[in-house]
Amino acid sequence: MIENIDTSLIDWSRAQFALTAIYHWLFVPLTLGLGIIQAIMETIYYKTGKTFWKTTAQFWMKIFGINFAIGVATGLILEFEFGTNWSNYSWFVGDIFGAPLAIEGVVAFFMEATFIAVMFFGWNKVSKGFHLASTWLTIVGATLSALWILVANAWMQYPAGMTFNPDSVRNEMSDFWAVALSPVAINKFFHTVLSGWIVGGAVVVGISSWYLLKKRNTAFALGSIKIGALFGLTASLLTLWTGDGSAYQVAQKQPMKLAAMEGLYEGGNGIGLVGVGVLNPAKNNYDDAVNPFLFKIELPKMLSFFAERDLNAYVPGISNLIDGGYRTSGGEIALSAQEKIEKGKLAIQALANYRQARKDGNETVALESRATLDENFAYFGYGYIKNPTDLIPPIGLTFYSFRVMVILGGFFILLFLVATIVSYKNNFGNKRWLQWICLWTIPLAYLAGQAGWVVAEVGRQPWAIQDILPTSAAVSKLSTSSVQITFFLFLILFTILLIAELGIMVKTIKKGPASSEE
Amino acid sequence: MESTYILLQHYWWFLVSLLGALLVFLLFVQGGQSLLFTIGKNEIQQKMLLNSTGRKWEFTFTTLVTFGGAFFASFPLFYSTSFGGAYWVWILILLCFVLQAVSYEYQAKKGNLLGKKTYQVFLILNGVLAPVLIGTAVGTFYNGAEFYVDKANLTQIGMPVISSWATPFHGLEAAFVPWNLLLGLAIFFLARILGLLYFINNIADEEIQKRSRKQLLVETILFLVFFLTFLVHLLLQKGFAVNPDVIDPTSGEKQVFLQPNKYLLNLIEMPPVLVTLLVGVVGVLFGIIKTYFSANWNKGIWFAGTGTVFTVLALLLCAGWNHTAYYPSLADMQSSLTLENSSSSFFTLKTMSYVSILIPFVLAYIFYAWRALDLRKINRKEMTENEHLY
Repeated sequence: MIENIDTSLIDWSRAQFALTAIYHWLFVPLTLGLGIIQAIMETIYYKTGKTFWKTTAQFWMKIFGINFAIGVATGLILEFEFGTNWSNYSWFVGDIFGAPLAIEGVVAFFMEATFIAVMFFGWNKVSKGFHLASTWLTIVGATLSALWILVANAWMQYPAGMTFNPDSVRNEMSDFWAVALSPVAINKFFHTVLSGWIVGGAVVVGISSWYLLKKRNTAFALGSIKIGALFGLTASLLTLWTGDGSAYQVAQKQPMKLAAMEGLYEGGNGIGLVGVGVLNPAKNNYDDAVNPFLFKIELPKMLSFFAERDLNAYVPGISNLIDGGYRTSGGEIALSAQEKIEKGKLAIQALANYRQARKDGNETVALESRATLDENFAYFGYGYIKNPTDLIPPIGLTFYSFRVMVILGGFFILLFLVATIVSYKNNFGNKRWLQWICLWTIPLAYLAGQAGWVVAEVGRQPWAIQDILPTSAAVSKLSTSSVQITFFLFLILFTILLIAELGIMVKTIKKGPASSEE
Repeated sequence: MESTYILLQHYWWFLVSLLGALLVFLLFVQGGQSLLFTIGKNEIQQKMLLNSTGRKWEFTFTTLVTFGGAFFASFPLFYSTSFGGAYWVWILILLCFVLQAVSYEYQAKKGNLLGKKTYQVFLILNGVLAPVLIGTAVGTFYNGAEFYVDKANLTQIGMPVISSWATPFHGLEAAFVPWNLLLGLAIFFLARILGLLYFINNIADEEIQKRSRKQLLVETILFLVFFLTFLVHLLLQKGFAVNPDVIDPTSGEKQVFLQPNKYLLNLIEMPPVLVTLLVGVVGVLFGIIKTYFSANWNKGIWFAGTGTVFTVLALLLCAGWNHTAYYPSLADMQSSLTLENSSSSFFTLKTMSYVSILIPFVLAYIFYAWRALDLRKINRKEMTENEHLY
């Protein structure tokens, strides 16, 4: 009997990983952003000796601590889920993917864990300088953690620096720096960490605005806003820059994701960028000739420009990517999805033949099979794809999430610019409308980050590793019911803990800083 | 290259074993948590206990995460086979660490939804379950687990999974092997002993000190019963050996076979490992006995802690070095994992070995920061001062 992976197992495994990642990313951005802000505040205290900045930094550290604990908890699950739920993936690419995780542990986690204890408990136990160094080292450790996991994630989007070894049946690292310093990794690191800085800025400015609305802790709030707003402005401008870099990398390495982000079915030269648009729910197939949009406003030629740095460049749409036949930017004629699937199957069969030949001691067949495998390995993962349309990611979710992220990114630049100018003119305390907007921007900052991850991860489906391994071939062999049980276990547990975290946060904010007036 | 590759595989098994050994030492945090209401008889005492282990819990947690990361990076086939197969054991271990991660920070804070007591019960749950489950899981290194590995499965398009589990219990069956459970219980009582020694060292409170010293006796007796039974059985049992000269025709890997007294032979054939084990056991016993009989001596944690690291390191080296299958399969012996058939490539191990040069620096700053924080012991007065407290 030929056994088949249950598709519901793949879906539930994906759902569980997505759930954990979504929860984890509710806490990490604030750690990354607030960590820097509180370190800046403590630095001012160190330089000026003003206790105002000490109590201000200490208050934000309280918020940091409440948030940090649950971030750690969800992060633990996420790391081990690579093994528990994606066991095939863990073997197939563990040789490459595991290294950043190990380095993350040795280099970053211990730094974070060691110095966070000094930061929280060392105020009266170590010198001012040592304490300040610990506060900075805590956030350096947290940021380095982000670096290595994002290097790992970037590698999944753009596998580089490896060769496939048919004897061990896995990919093996051949160039560490190609993995660590790939352009996708660098962009992803800065874009993601900077988006965390935006959350940090938004939370500091938003909570401080609440104090101003309540007419309490005014000096603390205004002081915090000056730092938070300028920090948020810097972060959101840099996020715009790295966002452009990320989109360019997507265009180069993951054209199907770009097409999904834009709802672009038919490509061409000089393609416009959809500013806002509403997708047509009647569009069911990529080749059904139904207009994909009910409504859209385009910026002419801008997609071509962002994707290829050329206003008239060719950008393939979903139909082109499935049907092939167009000329790529490298000058080659693109293969159709069906052709790629066939090449993938050839590669998988060649691997089977190679192993059998080695077992039988038939070196001639082994060499021939190896040559076929090497020739077609770039399409290896396509061999597991049943239908060309399986290569199309969910369009609606990707398209709208991308717009949510970009529009909010623009809004943050504007808001932080206004907030910075007003706060440095010492007028922030009088602008209640601005205080209200800042308060309501807190959830928006989280929403933008989540939307960004949806674009990155949903947009690259069905791939666990781009072109090399689809999720269907990466999953652990478990019963669907086991994964369902753990999914709901995590859902209930994380939700309870989130409610508890928010409850503690609200109480702590209501209580306010120990003494905020100078 | 071949001999360097073998050396690197052994080096990384040493590092993974060292991390495992440090993890068992750091389980003093869990041991301490499990004693919260045994040693802490009123709120202020419980607060001191929680703040004492609470300043170290992240080390245990981080070591667990790094242990996982290092295992993944150096022996990915173990990561994929064990985590993906013994699903329920690992999920339970992870869940009880999740509870720990939030409980310290949340338990004493207003608005925490579940109330202080619930979070303290979470800490006790973590304190009991984590050492027992980790010990039980490690027991499978000697007593085997129920899995199959066939790398050729990757070419089966419909079902390309390489590692699969042979029972529907997905790892829970390990708890029904008495020798696994015995190791789990030994580690649990060792963690409690280390927790007591840590309290004695870290908390300047006469009542806690006195009660902790008294409690040492019963914990030590129970630890010795479980540990010695496990150890004697280990040395007498058949072990999973690798025959370097015979290739199994089905798997194409070196043949794995059952060898009488394999782990005893490993100790005899690797005298430095035997010495490490003996020094470790002596260290643990010295730390306990001297603390019990000297009312003012509080350095027991360092002797017993170092002894624990040595003992566990030696036992884990015994599981992997000297042609031993460190993760034996009961379902199909030739599926057993060895250093050779489960490790990362030469290039990856070499690259990571450069990174491992940083480990002494990491240990140095941990030691420095730990000392700086512990120079002043926890006392009642500190618990009433207005600063960051659990």
